[in-house]
Amino acid sequence: MKKVVTPIINGDAVELAVAPWRTLLDALRFEAGLTGTKKGCDVGDCGACTVIVDGAPLNACLMLAVEADGCAIETVEGLQQASGALHVLQEKFLQHGAAQCGFCTPGILMMAKALLDETPDPTEDEIRFSLAGNICRCTGYTRIIEAVAAAAQQLREGGPTPENGAAR
Amino acid sequence: MIRFDYAEPHTLAEASLALKGHDGLASVMAGGTDLLVEIKEHLRRVKCVVNIKRIPGLDALTFDAAIGLRFGALSTARAIELNDDVARHYPGLCQAARELGSIQVRNRATVVGNICRASPSADTLPPLIADGARIVIGDGNSTREMLLEDFFTGPGKTVLRPGELVLGIVVPPPAAAPARTGRVYIKHGRRKAMELATVGVAVSLTLDAAGVCSQARIALGAVAPTPIRARAAEALLEGKPIGPEALVGAALQAMLACTPISNVRASAAYRRDMVAVLTRRALEQALVLAQEEQPS
Repeated sequence: MKKVVTPIINGDAVELAVAPWRTLLDALRFEAGLTGTKKGCDVGDCGACTVIVDGAPLNACLMLAVEADGCAIETVEGLQQASGALHVLQEKFLQHGAAQCGFCTPGILMMAKALLDETPDPTEDEIRFSLAGNICRCTGYTRIIEAVAAAAQQLREGGPTPENGAAR
Repeated sequence: MIRFDYAEPHTLAEASLALKGHDGLASVMAGGTDLLVEIKEHLRRVKCVVNIKRIPGLDALTFDAAIGLRFGALSTARAIELNDDVARHYPGLCQAARELGSIQVRNRATVVGNICRASPSADTLPPLIADGARIVIGDGNSTREMLLEDFFTGPGKTVLRPGELVLGIVVPPPAAAPARTGRVYIKHGRRKAMELATVGVAVSLTLDAAGVCSQARIALGAVAPTPIRARAAEALLEGKPIGPEALVGAALQAMLACTPISNVRASAAYRRDMVAVLTRRALEQALVLAQEEQPS
C-alpha cells in the first residue's frame, strides 16, 4: 500500500515510504522528522504548515505526500545557513518581536521568503496581501509586517540574498 | 485521514475508467484543496482518489484575440490571477481569482475545481458566466461542450455523468474595437481575505461605437442554488445608451431574480438588498471601464 517517494527537502534527497492518504505535512513531521512545519487547522485555513514546493508556497496539509516525488521542498529548517547563522527574516523576527507563541511563525517565515524571492521590494499592502493566508492570534500582525519589511530592506541593501541566506 | 486508494492515470480514458469504478466512490483530484478537506471532515466518502495531474495537456493557459481565453483542468487560480492576458481582457475573472482563498491555496486550487465543486458562492463562476464562458467535458472517447451557466444543476451538483471529466474552459474574447467591454466582479464578505462570498456580482458590459449597450451580462453568486444570470436586468440595459435610471432599474431587476437563503454568513433579506447595491455598483464600474478602455 505504501509508495516510496523521493522529494528534495532543503537540498537533500530524502526517501519516504508513505500511504496514499498521508499528507505532505504529516510525512514531513513524522516520516522526515521535520517538526518545524506546524499543524494548525489541517484544512488549509491557517497557513501554519506553509512550505515552498518547486518555488510555490502552499499548505502542506492539502498536498498528498505521494505527489511530492522529485519535488524541491523548502521548510523552515532550511532557512538557517549551514554555519548556523539565521536567515535575515529570522533575525528580523527576533529583533522586531514578531513572534509570541511562535506556532504560526514557521509558516509565516516561509510565506515571507516566497514573497521576497519574487518581490524584493514589497509595499506594506503587498506584504499584507501575501500573508493573508497565515493566521496569527497573538501579535496583531503589526510587528510581523515590520519584520518582513525590515528583512526586505536588509536583503536589498547587500545583506545575504534569499538564495544564499537559505541553507544551501 | 480516512484511508483511500490512489490512482495516477496518464490518459483521459484511464481516468474515466477509474472514476467509473470503486462503487461510484472515486473522486477526481486536481488541486485537492476542497477534496482533501471534504475527506478529512467526513463530508465525502471516497474509496479512490484519482489524481489527474499526470494527464498531459490539461494545464494549458492561452489567449488568442480571435478565440479568446482557454485554460485546462489543471490551471491554478494563481496562474489565472497572475496571467497578463487575464488581467487585461478579463479583469472580473482576475479579481475573482485574486480573492479565492490564500496564495497557498491558489497555488494548488484549480479554477476548474472551483467550477466542479459547484458551490453557489464560488468566486470564479459569476465572472466566467458573465464573460460567456463555455465548458468542455470529455471521457477520453468523446467530448461535449456547453455554456458554463448550463453546467450547474444545484448546490454541489452538475451535469457531469459518471466517468466524465471537465477538460477545460473557453472564454470568448472581448468585443472587437470599436466596441468596448467593461468587466467587473465584486465580492461581498465580512473581511478582506480568506472569505467565502456572501454575495458575488459579476458584470460584463459592451458598448458599441455610439455608446449603445450592445450586450449586458449580469451573473450573481451565493444568492440561488446555482450561480444565475439576471436576464431581466440585462434586457433593461441592452439596445440603448446606459443612463443612471437604467442602472437603478437593472439593480432592482437583479434583486428580483435572486432566491437567496439565510445561513451563518447572512440573512436572505440582507443578501437580496446587497444584490441591488452591488449590481448597481458593478454596472457603474463596468460602464466606466467600457468608456475608458482604448481600442487595441
